[in-house]
Amino acid sequence: MTGPNSFFGPIDPAPDAGYEDPPARKGFFTDTSVCIGCKACEVACKEWNDVPENLFAMLGTSYDNSHSLNANQWRHVAFIERPAESKPLVSLGMPTVGATPTELPEEEKPDFRWLMSSDVCKHCTHAACLDVCPTGSLFRSEFGTVVVQDDICNGCGYCVAACPYGVIDRRKGPEGDPKVGIAQKCTLCYDRLTDGQTPSCAQACPTESIQYGDVEELRARAEERLAALHERGVSEARLYGNDPEDGVGGTGAFFLLLDEPEVYGLPPDPVVTTKDLPEMWTRAAVAAVAMLAGAAASFLRRR
Amino acid sequence: MTQVQHGGSPGNSRRSGGGRGGDRVMVPEADFESYYGRQIVKPAPWEHDIAIYLFTGGVAAGSSLLAAGADLTGRPALRRVARFGSLTSLLVSVGALVHDLGKPSRFLNMLRVAKPTSPMSVGTWILSLHGPFAGLAAVAEIAEMLPARWKRGPVRLLLALGRPAGIVGALTAPPVAAYTGVLLSDTATPAWHSAYKEIPFVFCGSAAAASGGLGLLGAPVAEAGPARAFAVGGALVELATEQQMEKSMGLSAETLHQGRPGRLMKASKALTVAGALGALVGRRNRVVSAVSGAALMVGSLCTRVGVYEAGIASAKDPKYTVVPQRERVDRGEPVRYRS
Repeated sequence: MTGPNSFFGPIDPAPDAGYEDPPARKGFFTDTSVCIGCKACEVACKEWNDVPENLFAMLGTSYDNSHSLNANQWRHVAFIERPAESKPLVSLGMPTVGATPTELPEEEKPDFRWLMSSDVCKHCTHAACLDVCPTGSLFRSEFGTVVVQDDICNGCGYCVAACPYGVIDRRKGPEGDPKVGIAQKCTLCYDRLTDGQTPSCAQACPTESIQYGDVEELRARAEERLAALHERGVSEARLYGNDPEDGVGGTGAFFLLLDEPEVYGLPPDPVVTTKDLPEMWTRAAVAAVAMLAGAAASFLRRR
Repeated sequence: MTQVQHGGSPGNSRRSGGGRGGDRVMVPEADFESYYGRQIVKPAPWEHDIAIYLFTGGVAAGSSLLAAGADLTGRPALRRVARFGSLTSLLVSVGALVHDLGKPSRFLNMLRVAKPTSPMSVGTWILSLHGPFAGLAAVAEIAEMLPARWKRGPVRLLLALGRPAGIVGALTAPPVAAYTGVLLSDTATPAWHSAYKEIPFVFCGSAAAASGGLGLLGAPVAEAGPARAFAVGGALVELATEQQMEKSMGLSAETLHQGRPGRLMKASKALTVAGALGALVGRRNRVVSAVSGAALMVGSLCTRVGVYEAGIASAKDPKYTVVPQRERVDRGEPVRYRS
């Protein structure tokens, strides 16, 4: 149950939420170095979870036409086109057709670098959305994930402002959808997990960029992958969200990135807002007492 | 081309480095990277209802305090203004809060749980405790206005309950004014969270200034003394702690100086200073007092809407999320748990 690290610090979220003997914490390791931007995860997620249309527009931002994570977009593939760096390309161990890039003559090598990354709810160890939810609609599942109960959410929107990653959002449309007005986000396919199934995005990913499993094991796998990439000279590879001592206590869904997090639209050093909540309440209490004293003092003066 | 937008919010696409041109700035724009200039954290999906509620909640809280004080010290005119002010602003507050829900019909779901980690849950319970007592005191005030021959039976009971209800209402009032500061700062919204140390003091000061202003507006000068003292004291606290708040906020403090929130904060300062001075100078003049009271009320409203809009602006621009975080990472001081 509630312990000294319930607001901040390393903790196993399911037992902290009161589960006795829960299953191992589940999560995603999204290795963006092998993402090919196929958007199979976006489609699989929409199909399985019946997530309605989001946005039909040519945004002019590379191949990204789904814009962002929001109530109608629970997986979002980011595309970043950058001028190529001068250093030689290295093989990432991807299956190839025809000549591998490193065998191409210099002038035929692509003059840009393409970063692709499938973003998703981070299922934080210390989840601000869950902490601030006033109805108890958002809850911690036995798998350590964070899930919205659609029939309880009253659409107050507090979770939207609280998420340090800008993931959860209130559904605005389409008109007639029963979930319009309430908060929506990735559930890590809670309904599949309870049946021992893999979440639909990970199931559909053709390059194993999205890997699903026990968080402990995924963290070890991520470290191995990072070491392998560094050994091959991909020094820009880094892990994001895997540290249980970071501002949100580590995330259940974490990433291997090839550039700074903000390049992918991720905050570089996110912190759960409720880390400071005890001090906020203390200060509000002092302000309230001061106001009461001020009012009393106003009446003490002679008439 | 059809553009259907139900979930996302494509904003202005700005390349990394922030927008050039437009407002003239004295320091170079902070250089930072972002994903096509898009926001990272999402702004609260609230309408201006919430900004109005910040104001009416403050007026309700301060008025309950003044009403109980006026009742105990024999100032019937001030008591009447304050009790009616409290009831009116409470009704507007509840209306604004319910209207702002995505599913207003599920308002009562707020009462399923009591969660200290959710300032909105705490606030709901504070209002549920304060509201009925403040409301009862106001209803007793209406009963007071009835002809003497009607003051029998249940009406007499109501009259007798006015004072105790008013006292409970006053004791539960300051949390109503103070918690709204936590409501805003317990978010990832840069300009709200970074203000968490001072914002409850700014809001309580603003609440005292506005409710004291209402007393000056509605009560004769002979009875308005305590309202005047409360208003001027509140104005001083608001002005002083707002300065301190901007120092704590760091980069996001600039959202309080730009665009519409900037104009609102400027107006708030001018009206609060003028209102406080007018309240002191015109303490024997009914008209000067009333005008000063009105200025203090509008000043408080400007503070609330200004802080609200500054927060929304700070969430929409990735600069306020990225730059402070990037700076602490580059300093080698990321936020990490140290047991």
